[in-house]
Amino acid sequence: MISSRNADAGFASSRKIESDPASSFLKVLLLIAQSALIVAGFLWLAPADGFRNPDLARIVVFHVPCSIVASIASTVATVYAVIYLAKRRPSDDIKSRTAFAIGLLLWVLTTVTGAIFAKVQWGAYWNWDIKEKSILMLLLINIAYFALRSAIDNPNKQAAIAAAYAIFAMAAVPALTYLLPNSTPDTLHPKGVITTKEGLDAHYKIVLWSGVLCLTGVFVWAMRIQVRLEELALRVQKSKSTSRGAKVVITELGP
Amino acid sequence: MTDVSISTDEQKLDTTAARLNEPKTASWVTCAWEIFRKDIRVELRTRYALGSVALFSVTTVVMMAAALSGAPVKTEVKAALIWVVLLFAALSGLARAFVREEEAGTAQSLRLTAPATAVYAGKLLFNLALVFTVEAITVPLFSVFMPIPGVRYDLFIPILIAGGWGLAAAATFVAAMIAQTTSGKSALFAIVSFPVLMPLLMAAVQGTAGAFSQVATFEARALADIGQLSIYGVVMTTASLLLFEYVWHD
Repeated sequence: MISSRNADAGFASSRKIESDPASSFLKVLLLIAQSALIVAGFLWLAPADGFRNPDLARIVVFHVPCSIVASIASTVATVYAVIYLAKRRPSDDIKSRTAFAIGLLLWVLTTVTGAIFAKVQWGAYWNWDIKEKSILMLLLINIAYFALRSAIDNPNKQAAIAAAYAIFAMAAVPALTYLLPNSTPDTLHPKGVITTKEGLDAHYKIVLWSGVLCLTGVFVWAMRIQVRLEELALRVQKSKSTSRGAKVVITELGP
Repeated sequence: MTDVSISTDEQKLDTTAARLNEPKTASWVTCAWEIFRKDIRVELRTRYALGSVALFSVTTVVMMAAALSGAPVKTEVKAALIWVVLLFAALSGLARAFVREEEAGTAQSLRLTAPATAVYAGKLLFNLALVFTVEAITVPLFSVFMPIPGVRYDLFIPILIAGGWGLAAAATFVAAMIAQTTSGKSALFAIVSFPVLMPLLMAAVQGTAGAFSQVATFEARALADIGQLSIYGVVMTTASLLLFEYVWHD
């Protein structure tokens, strides 16, 4: 009874979000802005002189936003893993898992765009640069996270162990592979280009930082859709198991 | 008369309370040590982990030597080879400490009798013993088949100790998670622990290459790598102790 009322409330609230004019305006704005940025990246930006292939240097406005938003996604996923272990709400586990999934996609995009430009500029798709080492490790952590999840049957155990692994790996590995060895200056990647005044051309900076903003919007949007979907699936599953007359008391689902 | 009896009762209560309180402060170390001793005893009885690890390192080193059959190998490549052998040999046996408890059904009683962090500490001690045994077998055998002239042992032995500690600390934590899975434990152990062990592997290989070479700058870098490996060990041990409770009790 309680669970079905909760499910109804969930459906109602999701429908309300769908028809909210402010949120649909934001989505349309995001679509226009993202399209404009892609066009600007190819047509508005001048080729960057001084690179082996000046035309292809524009890839920076796609590569860097992907990597920044992927870092945001991984951070969000780790924070929700901590919250899950502290409060044990299934919705936090769903959020952590979803952020990891979107983060994996963004890390793959970062790797692919980076490898294309590395081939042109540095002569090989993979150069074992310090940032390439750390991105490889982040990719492997993301994959291992989902491999670990799929091998555990009990959903509560799965969520807790996956959260513990996420914190264990994400807290230690980026620090040890990136921050610590980065004190040495031998890297192929340029340093401080996107934040300092002497760095990139002003046009590049506008497109790049707007790209970060838009891609963050896309990340939030995608995450909300997926989280809502999985929460509904969880509710349907719970109401099914209670309607069958099993002695299951739902205590985890809040209003 | 009655007063005396009451006072003895109180004394009794006091002593029982003291007995209950006293082991609590001393028990953490005792628990960890007893778990370590129990694991060593069980291991010496069955020799399962030791056997698989020792055979793995011997066969891998011999196969590598046979495949290369005396071809000249650079010292940097030797440093990479020795750590790949050590890593995979250790991974073949390190999960055993927790998987055995789950398979024998003794994990539940261990959960009830010992504090979680003491279990981690005991298993870490056992895995440390196992890793150092692997190193004691692999390194001499490796230097027989692929001699390395002019090894700086004052650099190489600290690398082996610090690297072995980090390896055991990270692998023990991952093994506790792997023991809870239902299928494909050994493959999953390698997949899950590999990204966590990558920073260790890179620092250890670079440091070992420095210890094997006679170039002064490489030797200086090896010193920095020993520091990095020690930091890795401290970070992994701390993170494991903080998070172990969640993995062990769920």
